[in-house]
Amino acid sequence: MNVVYVLWLRQLKRYFRSRARIVGSLGQPLLFLVSLGFGFGPVFRQAGQGNYIQFLAPGVIAMTVLFSAIFNGIELIWDRQFGFLKETLVAPVPRLTIMIGRTLGGATTAVLQGLVVALICMLVGFRPGGVAGFLGGLLFMVLIAVMFTALGTAIASVLSDFQGFQMVMNFLVMPMFFLSGALFPLTGLPRALDLIARVDPLSYGVDGLRTSLTGLSHFGAGTDLAVLSVLTVVLLLTGSRLFSKIQI
Amino acid sequence: MIRIRNLVKTYGDVKAVDDISLDVQAGEIFAFLGPNGAGKTTTIKMLTTLLSPTSGSIEIDGLDPIARATDVRRRFGIVFQDPSLDQELTAAENMELHGVLYGVGRAVRHERTEQLLKLFELWDRRNAPVKDFSGGMKRRLEIARGLLHTPKILFLDEPTLGLDPQTRNQLWTQVKYLNDEERVTVFLTTHYMEEAERVAQRIAIIDHGKIVAQGTAAELKQQTGTDSLEQAFLKLTGTSIRAEQGTSADQMRAMAAMFRGGRR
Repeated sequence: MNVVYVLWLRQLKRYFRSRARIVGSLGQPLLFLVSLGFGFGPVFRQAGQGNYIQFLAPGVIAMTVLFSAIFNGIELIWDRQFGFLKETLVAPVPRLTIMIGRTLGGATTAVLQGLVVALICMLVGFRPGGVAGFLGGLLFMVLIAVMFTALGTAIASVLSDFQGFQMVMNFLVMPMFFLSGALFPLTGLPRALDLIARVDPLSYGVDGLRTSLTGLSHFGAGTDLAVLSVLTVVLLLTGSRLFSKIQI
Repeated sequence: MIRIRNLVKTYGDVKAVDDISLDVQAGEIFAFLGPNGAGKTTTIKMLTTLLSPTSGSIEIDGLDPIARATDVRRRFGIVFQDPSLDQELTAAENMELHGVLYGVGRAVRHERTEQLLKLFELWDRRNAPVKDFSGGMKRRLEIARGLLHTPKILFLDEPTLGLDPQTRNQLWTQVKYLNDEERVTVFLTTHYMEEAERVAQRIAIIDHGKIVAQGTAAELKQQTGTDSLEQAFLKLTGTSIRAEQGTSADQMRAMAAMFRGGRR
């Protein structure tokens, strides 16, 4: 328990100490929010879909959590490259404990980052509904964060240096974000796109978050919760399995 | 304290470690020397539970590092060839993290952190982030950290690489002091022959994965009919330079290995 706590604390300290990273990672969501939010706002309204900022904000929050979580997981490659990983791997502690501490720490900072972006969204004009909705939204942020930190850890466990990182971003993370319904409603899509959106785990995260915060729902919060919970458990197990197999 | 019998490690058709046997006594300082790529680090990885042997047996304080990994890990401290500190954390935080990982109680943790950081002359800088430290300070911190949980064995894999003579000298003085004071067994590798001669009671020389000689520095010099350990070493291992980085085909293979799961 102590070990989980101390590794969690390490991730938090690292997060708060790299101000550049905090500020830097706010740039992208802000850009999406302002350019797309205000740019497509009029078209969205004319199409009878209501306020686009209201629709887009949960997607941008989900994106922030996704990117930070994946990045926190993949940070394992840094630890491998700069050596700290070895210190944890020779410690008399089960690898599973180390993986859990890291994942919880990474997920916590991803949620914090999501909350900061939520705040920015509200400054731009986003109006989430009520305390219950906010707590529901927080639950979905936590699920997205844990799931994708675990996925990042799993990926980092099989890559041994930075070279594969770009590939993961372009062929996995970006498509997952763009095809998740974060930017556009999932109704009336071409069949192929609809199918992809259904197998994209982030779709359920975005939908759950949007349902909680604004009441707009596509799959239904029950389905979202079920899919995300099962996937989170599966990815945690896969991640810890791959993590425990790391040899250096 | 360490007992190795017929240890073999193969990667594909390459024998990185080829049937070595040796014993290190409790309280001894033992130097493990060899040219680059001779199998030193591979051996240390097997001794420290990071790698499983292809065949042969290892006992660390009577325990098998694969079957009893956790118990073995409690018994040794290690300073790796490459730095393994968290650069973003301070010296004190690195010590604290290590203490918790090794289950050292709070009181002992703080007392030993103070004692070791003072010995290695880092106490004044304990709240500075490690990324601001010089190479020598980082090395000293790593050794202090490796000793925090009062291990029975300390592994030092080229701890003085890239340090100036003053720092090297001081570092070995401190290691010798701890060896005397806490009876910690030291298993070290280095490329500086005069260091090995100065601190180590016994020396083994490994080349192409095989142990080519072992004994005291005096015995090795006598065996080879030379008058310095450096000459003895060159006589035993030859004067040709070892290629660590292979041809471009080897590098392609290494890239492929990365995608398969990066085992090395």
